[in-house]
Amino acid sequence: MHQPGGDPSPVPRGAAIGRAGRTRKGTAIVTGRSLYSGAFRPLPAVPGTSQPPPMPAIAIRAFSATTALGRGVAAQATALDTRRGGLRRNDFGATPLPTWIGRVEGIEDAPLPPRLAAWDCRNNRLAWLALQQDDLPEVVARLVARHGEDRIALVVGTSTSSIGASEEAYARARPGADGQVRFPEDLRRPIVHTPHSLGDFLQHATGLRGPCVTVATACSSSAKVFAQAARLIQAGVVDAALVGGVDTLCGSVLYGFNALGLVSADPCRPFDAARDGLSLGEAGGFAVLERADADDAGLQLRGYGESSDAHHMSAPHPEGLGAGLAMRDALARAGASPDDVGYLNLHGTSTPANDAIEARAVAALFPASLHASSTKGWTGHTLGAAGIVESVFALIALRDGLLPGILNSASPDPDCGPQIRFDNARRDIALAMNNSFGFGGNNCSLVFGRGGAA
Amino acid sequence: MSTLHAHIAGIGFWCDGLPDWSAARAYAASGALPAAAPGRPAPQLLAANERRRAPPSVLVALEVALAACGDAGIAPATLPSVFASTHGDLGITDYMCATLVDAPAELSPTKFHNSVHNAAAGYWTIGAGCMRTTTAISAHRGSFAQGLVEAMVQLASDAEAVLLVGYDTAASGLLATVTRSDGLLGGALVLTRAGQGPCLSARLEDGEPEQDDGPLATHARGNAMAPMLPLFDALAAGALGVGLHAGPGRRLQLDIGRG
Repeated sequence: MHQPGGDPSPVPRGAAIGRAGRTRKGTAIVTGRSLYSGAFRPLPAVPGTSQPPPMPAIAIRAFSATTALGRGVAAQATALDTRRGGLRRNDFGATPLPTWIGRVEGIEDAPLPPRLAAWDCRNNRLAWLALQQDDLPEVVARLVARHGEDRIALVVGTSTSSIGASEEAYARARPGADGQVRFPEDLRRPIVHTPHSLGDFLQHATGLRGPCVTVATACSSSAKVFAQAARLIQAGVVDAALVGGVDTLCGSVLYGFNALGLVSADPCRPFDAARDGLSLGEAGGFAVLERADADDAGLQLRGYGESSDAHHMSAPHPEGLGAGLAMRDALARAGASPDDVGYLNLHGTSTPANDAIEARAVAALFPASLHASSTKGWTGHTLGAAGIVESVFALIALRDGLLPGILNSASPDPDCGPQIRFDNARRDIALAMNNSFGFGGNNCSLVFGRGGAA
Repeated sequence: MSTLHAHIAGIGFWCDGLPDWSAARAYAASGALPAAAPGRPAPQLLAANERRRAPPSVLVALEVALAACGDAGIAPATLPSVFASTHGDLGITDYMCATLVDAPAELSPTKFHNSVHNAAAGYWTIGAGCMRTTTAISAHRGSFAQGLVEAMVQLASDAEAVLLVGYDTAASGLLATVTRSDGLLGGALVLTRAGQGPCLSARLEDGEPEQDDGPLATHARGNAMAPMLPLFDALAAGALGVGLHAGPGRRLQLDIGRG
């Protein structure tokens, strides 16, 4: 969720000492503060000048997303295909800000099963709903039978986890008989007031006993879970992983993005010349990963790339250097060239700065023939869930040949390249990619492919 | 599971009363606290005005991270990093929730972007000029152990060295009525695939770690990142092994070889 402009915050501008430059090859170099540069021994591999080696492919045994478009993959694919968006006028909370949101229907009426009631909150309810779709429980059960529950990792991303429960506890707090103000009794549950609420809930819901981690790098969170799980599998710590991400609408993000001046009053228009901000959304999704067999023909994670902008807490690097590094590293790990990529799901938040800079980074790396789009006009920006939701969209593109365009946008920005496509297209592709970028300059790109294909 | 390996090339430490690793080691050995320890960290990676404004989580994380890099003699800009924190910045969470009740339209944009769990990771990469990957994780009482696993699997894939930082802040306001965490605590390790320094071998097992009553674990036991302290006690004492809490019913068992 790289965001631009109007940020009055005292970010550490003076500390942004790592001014990145370009070598003739176009790779980023970083010059450190002279105070330190003489005192340290550099590692043999200079960052940005070497690329990672190819990684072993990871099989994707199941995937699913639940968004404002509905529950499960079929609902997502149908809405993408028919260009039916999920945004509505903001009706979240008592005094809704004038904006549009991607709200998931029915969370209020779907409490957790009694055995999991200690984790009840909007975010964990959405996690539970999303976990019931597309045979995820059955596929996880098969992997448990094959490998054992301690050989399966649980790595999930979120930006704000269940902070909505903390907000509610503050709103409903009252003084007790002793005069001390306390949370209402039903919310005196420490686990829902901490970021690992999501991972802890899912661990208890699934019974998995491998490494269990909540990744919280803002809007790149549930893209980075693929990278972390791939490393755990590659290192032999586990044989499989349930990865995913869940974020729900809450006051913190609605008023927070509003405070940054980044929320549009209209449905967001990614890459439109007149775009004026984002629409927020909520979503949950999962993928089941397993070490690939040699003869696997199904969908696969082929590569990941992770980088930092080293620039600003809430604005992207003006030259998109971090975004470019993440995409190049993802392609290098996939052993692929930019020409091999048929669809790229962009971060594309619909803020003026993000979209311009991301389009520039894409144009610098990919041929004009690439079909790249932001699907946030359908779902809104689902923050810590964006990585999994848009990875699922990339997997739909790979599986069905359905390449989504951009919803709500009508006037192409002349500063954006020919890769940015407003209309849907249909064709078989070899590789699909997803970009997710977050506050703190935290970038992640993923490459998906098919076993036995390029 | 496969056993993971890493060398500890550098250590950074800060807690109330013990403002660096050498003070922590001296305290572990003799029980002596420094005469005048600073009340809050002042990481040199931030300019003076930024140090005044930065939240405690960022201050302590950057302080120990830079100290670990200095100890290892490895330039911060070259290191991928893993930031593990149970709660992130509890003071900012309290501010966000209280402001949303009292005056939501007055929410500070700076506090909002500092409220992300990866705020310390973001300020670190900006301050260090580091474009390598960084991540921010939480796994409740297993946060440091899971951060250590992630750092070690980065070494097992394609990183030559990784920075790991664990930190938590004090709970404040209404949140402190349900979330317990006292004081400020940070610990950092620079881990390398090969080289000098104690060699860690790690494997996940069933079971809980033994109750730790080492001097550092006792001194800072009220902080939410205290589950990392048995490792720092072990390093200070030259112990050959230690177990860390790694989630419900799980333990990260560490053998420590002399490097």
